[in-house]
Amino acid sequence: MKETRLNVNGATHTLDVDPGTPLLYVLRNDLGLRGPRFGCGLGQCGTCTVLMDGRPVRSCVLPVSRSNGAITTLEGLPEDGELHPVQQAWIAEQAPQCGFCQNGQILAAVALLRNTPNPTDDEIRERMNPILCRCMTYFRIQAAVKRAAAAMGPGEADR
Amino acid sequence: MTGARDARSGRDPAREAVSPPGAAPPTGDGPVESSIDRLLGRWAGAASRRDFLRTSGLFVFGLSGTWATGAAHQAPGARPAESGAYPDPDFLQLDSWLVVDEDGRATFYVGKTDGGQGTGTATRQMMCDELDLAFDRATVVMGRTDLTVDQGGSGGSDAIERDAMVGRRVAAEARRVLLEMASERFGAPVEELRASEGVISLQGDPSRRVTYGALIGGRRFDVALAGANVNATTGVASIKPVQDLKLVGQSVPRHDIPAKVDGSFEWAVDVTLPGMAHARNVRPPFAGARLTGVDESSVRDAPGLIRVVRKGNYVAVVCEREEQAIDAARRLVVTWEKPAAPPFPASDDLFAYLRSAETVPGSDRRGAAPVQGDPDGALATAATVVEAAYDVPFQGHTAIGPAHALADPSDGQLTIYTNDMKPYSHRTGIAEFLGMPPEQVRVIWMEGPQLYGRTAADDAGFEAAWLAKELGRPVRMQWMRHEETAWDTKGPAFAIDLRGGLDADGNLVALDYQGRIANYAHVGYNQARTVLIAQLMGLRPERPSPGGARGPDDMYHVPNRRQETRAVRFPLAFETPLRTGNLRDPNGPQTTFAAESFMDELAAAADADPVEFRLRLLRGVSDDDEAFRRARSIAVVEAAAEAYGWDARPSPARVGGGRFLTGRGIAYAYRARTTVAVIAEVEVDRETGRVRVPRMVCAHDCGLVINPNGLESTIEGNLLHGISRTLYEEVRFDGEKVTSVDWRTHPTLTHRDAPEHIEVVVVNGDPNPDRPDLPPYGAGEPSHRPVPAAVANAIHDATGVRMRRLPLRPERVLAELEAAGIGGARDRPGASRG
Repeated sequence: MKETRLNVNGATHTLDVDPGTPLLYVLRNDLGLRGPRFGCGLGQCGTCTVLMDGRPVRSCVLPVSRSNGAITTLEGLPEDGELHPVQQAWIAEQAPQCGFCQNGQILAAVALLRNTPNPTDDEIRERMNPILCRCMTYFRIQAAVKRAAAAMGPGEADR
Repeated sequence: MTGARDARSGRDPAREAVSPPGAAPPTGDGPVESSIDRLLGRWAGAASRRDFLRTSGLFVFGLSGTWATGAAHQAPGARPAESGAYPDPDFLQLDSWLVVDEDGRATFYVGKTDGGQGTGTATRQMMCDELDLAFDRATVVMGRTDLTVDQGGSGGSDAIERDAMVGRRVAAEARRVLLEMASERFGAPVEELRASEGVISLQGDPSRRVTYGALIGGRRFDVALAGANVNATTGVASIKPVQDLKLVGQSVPRHDIPAKVDGSFEWAVDVTLPGMAHARNVRPPFAGARLTGVDESSVRDAPGLIRVVRKGNYVAVVCEREEQAIDAARRLVVTWEKPAAPPFPASDDLFAYLRSAETVPGSDRRGAAPVQGDPDGALATAATVVEAAYDVPFQGHTAIGPAHALADPSDGQLTIYTNDMKPYSHRTGIAEFLGMPPEQVRVIWMEGPQLYGRTAADDAGFEAAWLAKELGRPVRMQWMRHEETAWDTKGPAFAIDLRGGLDADGNLVALDYQGRIANYAHVGYNQARTVLIAQLMGLRPERPSPGGARGPDDMYHVPNRRQETRAVRFPLAFETPLRTGNLRDPNGPQTTFAAESFMDELAAAADADPVEFRLRLLRGVSDDDEAFRRARSIAVVEAAAEAYGWDARPSPARVGGGRFLTGRGIAYAYRARTTVAVIAEVEVDRETGRVRVPRMVCAHDCGLVINPNGLESTIEGNLLHGISRTLYEEVRFDGEKVTSVDWRTHPTLTHRDAPEHIEVVVVNGDPNPDRPDLPPYGAGEPSHRPVPAAVANAIHDATGVRMRRLPLRPERVLAELEAAGIGGARDRPGASRG
């Protein structure tokens, strides 16, 4: 088996797994991360979302052999022990119910605000639309995205 | 209190207004037991805990071997057991419910589960209030059969209404005992003492004070409680009057949210054990299939394969790694034989089948409302008779994450880690299924994807337990998406026929409701003979249920009235993916869709405003013993109309000429003493048939509100889940299998469809401002119930078209609009929003 190198949350890992293994199982079962979770295995729901070089990707369908960018999971968002402004907004709005999908919601919002610091309502709906929530917390999530956008301001958008 | 929230501004006036002046809202970042590691570590590792266990005469049970952090331990109030490590906590012992440590921190043991609606936080608020302890000084442990008293787990929206009231009573009893201990210590009568934030002081001399920790920390209360059953559990103390409650009524932030947001939360899917193997199921490709062969050579070289297991028609593979199990389950060649007869009709033929098939004898008895007056006679003499038929398909639970569980068979005992919302019946069901004494089995509930009812979480737990016992090592089972969406239990389909009679003045004088429900042999949850693995192994219930359902609940006064519902069976009752199970507010959205849509049809026939027509029926005679319920029903209907700015007029409105037609619709529901009215505003795209719900108003009376923001969040979820079931959700099947197997074929509401405005009007208190003592009623489901009818009524208001079959997907709406001559893009000036 060929060794696979992964850069996750700033640390480099060398793993001995089948290169076709979806990234999700390696993150969860080999690296012990809890943020990304299995929802569909089909790339349809977004529960398994991670950021690769800042872009949201579906780790349930991405083989580790193609996971060669810098990967950030929910656990990797805080800086210097402080929660990311998006995470803070999620708490302030009390957005989650069961919370199972919120990993994908938060990471999608981080990616959205990085590219579009002041999104319109329609932009929020369209860009967040691929991430499903069966508790249907969309209403609060959208409010939390706006709260985070306001808190981050232009200078914070690069975080 | 009106909680208007606006997604556009992100502002929440309700949240800003909920804290009473001068009261600092407690923070939500106090100790919360979200991690089993931490929980066991604290109990097993902390010196105070060991001392407590030693001095209390309890003994710590032998280490469970594989568990990283160590000891299994007995609940503080557990009865001694002879045959196993996990006896039941005794509900008649105060120590089973509440423990105070030397630092004066309390741990509450609650036999419920929190699916993400904040019942854990709310219970903690209620118990802290009775105990006079700060919110941050308490912890809640929920749903562990070895530690928490059997309160049944979740279901029926009763966590606050019933079970948390037990929590209040036992916390009040603990406070009483602490006051007596302080009284003895100070040599002063209890009346001269004051308890506040975990400290008892002498009223005349506040310098004389003692903490709860100093009084009881690390020791047992040893106080017996009374009660014929767990729900009646009480001590001697009375609970506080509402006006003395400080935490109740505050929007305390939910204690589970920070860990869910920073990634540290430990879910049932996260638990790993040394030596753990991964399992996946191989399901029959069609219903009623008989397994004729398993070709194990097809996976001989599959990496990590441990075993292929088969019993009857149940097949699973077990591998060292998770992705290996997924791969092996895909590769395994299994041959199946089709059943001789088709197991069920195709979904396109479902409603014709429901109306023509023979009904199940005895199925009309369940929840049958008594006949009032002479419905047939009144219909025969009515000035106007309205008839309509409504159809609701099967709808899936389709949790965002599929069913999963981990079972550990170490030391001859069995531990199951699961998000099954009913851990107690999970335990007894699995014990029976495996032939083990229940005392050798414990279920540790942990959070998971919200289930919204009795879905497949129990199935995965039974499967993991059986495989773990077979293999003699911990086994983690997880279903795949296609399996979850096809094989989870379904909310049952309904075909409902209604007739109503109006007199010459437009008064409703007769109402006849005839329902048919597709839920023959509605199988029990966590039942050893009817979980899916048991069915596939050939087990059958001794007495299949005849099925059946209640009719819709309301407080309308109709002098001549009948409600009947009968069950219809399919040829195949077992080993079928069309098995039914309670889905959020079981049957409520379906039956209320018919009943409250029909109420609008009657109002239209009477040329009456839909709100006024309902109020007339709720006023009716007011001198009966249900006047109070009627008054609360009237209050929510009026409050919703006022908050919406409802202009009284009959529906439909004049249909406009633009591409987008707008309208509003109301529906009302009564559910287990909670009253609710929902107004939906819709926008219908006449070119595509797409329906949006940009605004919703919900007026809600569930009695005493524990956590206003939590209640509001719960209602928002109910409303949106209701929109999803109204617009999108339907289980599709051909004559042999379910064909809706993922998020494309069983779609759900998405961000794009979320309302822009939701207003929640909490009516509680009105119309009875002199009743602050009204107890809390359930809020987990009632506001889900009226949503489909409110949306359908709004579409009628906007377009004049009556939608009588769910879901209201664009192609179906467009077909109806075209049939009415108002759909499509032709013959209209402009295409702007109108």
